[in-house]
Amino acid sequence: MKTIRIGSGAGYSGDRIEPAVELVEKGDIAYLCYECLAERTIAIGQQAKLANPKAGYDALLEARMRSVLRQAKEKGIRIVTNMGAANPEAAAAEVAEIARDMGIGSLVVAAVRGADVRAALLARAVPLPEAGRPAATQEGVLVSATPYLGVAPIVEALAAGADVVVTGRVADPALFLAPLVHEFGWKMDDWEKLGVGTAVGHLLECAGQVTGGYFADPGVKDVADLARLGFPIAEVSEDGGFVITKVAGSGGRVTTATCSEQILYEIHDPTSYFTPDVVADFSKIVFQEEDVDRVRVTGVSGRARPDTLKVSVGYKDGFIGEGQISYAGTNAVARGRLALAIVEERLKLTGVKTSELRFDLIGVDAIHGAVLAQGRAEPSEVRIRVTGRTDTMAEAVRVGNEVETLYTNGPAGGGGAWKSARPVVAMLSALIDRDVVVPAVDYIEV
Amino acid sequence: MKLRDLAHSRTGDKGDISNISVIAYDRRNYAALKAWITPERVKQHFTGIVRGEVVRYEIETLGALNFVMQQALGGGVTRSLALDAHGKCLASALLDMEMPDGVVVR
Repeated sequence: MKTIRIGSGAGYSGDRIEPAVELVEKGDIAYLCYECLAERTIAIGQQAKLANPKAGYDALLEARMRSVLRQAKEKGIRIVTNMGAANPEAAAAEVAEIARDMGIGSLVVAAVRGADVRAALLARAVPLPEAGRPAATQEGVLVSATPYLGVAPIVEALAAGADVVVTGRVADPALFLAPLVHEFGWKMDDWEKLGVGTAVGHLLECAGQVTGGYFADPGVKDVADLARLGFPIAEVSEDGGFVITKVAGSGGRVTTATCSEQILYEIHDPTSYFTPDVVADFSKIVFQEEDVDRVRVTGVSGRARPDTLKVSVGYKDGFIGEGQISYAGTNAVARGRLALAIVEERLKLTGVKTSELRFDLIGVDAIHGAVLAQGRAEPSEVRIRVTGRTDTMAEAVRVGNEVETLYTNGPAGGGGAWKSARPVVAMLSALIDRDVVVPAVDYIEV
Repeated sequence: MKLRDLAHSRTGDKGDISNISVIAYDRRNYAALKAWITPERVKQHFTGIVRGEVVRYEIETLGALNFVMQQALGGGVTRSLALDAHGKCLASALLDMEMPDGVVVR
């Protein structure tokens, strides 16, 4: 029976570079897929593209491609990635340029054109389920509206012979499901197979998170050699059987426990994981360790795909100002609390308008809040953190300033002050009819 | 005894919704986890953090529970004022829950 090995080259935009190189060199893979898009990456990329038509794609695209392109081409390993972000066409042109520069010939680069449904969203007055946000869908506030595409345009590009497929927003598992549909000819209404391929994608899309990354708890759950963590490989058979593994000798581990944590990561109802291609059912999934760092996965199924596509909506959401400063030694917590009280009063006295303010003592209650922090031992140092949401950049700057001025006006011994102020692009999601979106693919031949 | 002696956990985020898995190390303790780690207790544990509903899903084949918590992330990672805007550290807080003595296999 035909079997395909797919490697995961990155689990987020800033992820390590070398694990993908290791997969290309030693992983015996046919496909290398990089998942590099966070929720708001496209909204921010969209703004960059407005300023420069050649911008708006992933900042590490060049470094990643230079690190693997030559060997991947030599070995016939095809690359699928969503690093196109808000500008897949420009990203594909960049990949082609890198190939020419490296002297790599006869390479086909495909760009799955980015879809933006802002106009449709405004025209159809599509409801936003997380409403109550400030005028998210008003023109001038709405920055981007990007639907999550399924596998279809990627499969089309692979069938056309693309060596590298660059997309914008697609469902993360689609990057991994598409090569399986292409290689095995799985039908787009074979819901069980599409469910299995979605499980492959979901387990691989965060890269090191299934091979022992984000897992270690010293003395409780130990993982060896995280500095050389190996990224995962899925070995998938035509009938839908599959195994999660990694390159022998790389760091990390693949066990039923690492797989269990990752299959439930960012999942709500495990019977219904919605994607553009299928509603996958992970609720009866079974992991079995058949060898060291080899976990067999069974029990996945799926149901008919939804009629709607999820749309990621980016909108301008004001500004956030922030300031931090540290106190240490005996009575540090009391000095930190005094500092927070001073900043709170100063923001009132000087009339800084905020719609939301937050006062944290890092080391005491910043992460788990005051209730869960009760009864814990006092730390030997604390860092205060004040954040405020404002309508203007000028007021956001004043939040950080009121923390910084604690140097000469606040409690004794404050050190290491830091401040920032930034505009916020926030995200909402909506659903839109499938027929609004018509994906298209462009090709560049090198 | 704390939950962390019996189970491991990972947090994920989507918008303002946080999900936390609770996975038994030893399948024989899954029934005890189901009996004790109820949505009500989880909501109570996260007083001041989780403002919305908590729903629990059971994944028998993994010996796992999955808690889905609404209005848990200060508006979501893209607008939250929190230091841990993803709520990634919430799993560690849940694992600090106390378990009653005598309910588990060791």
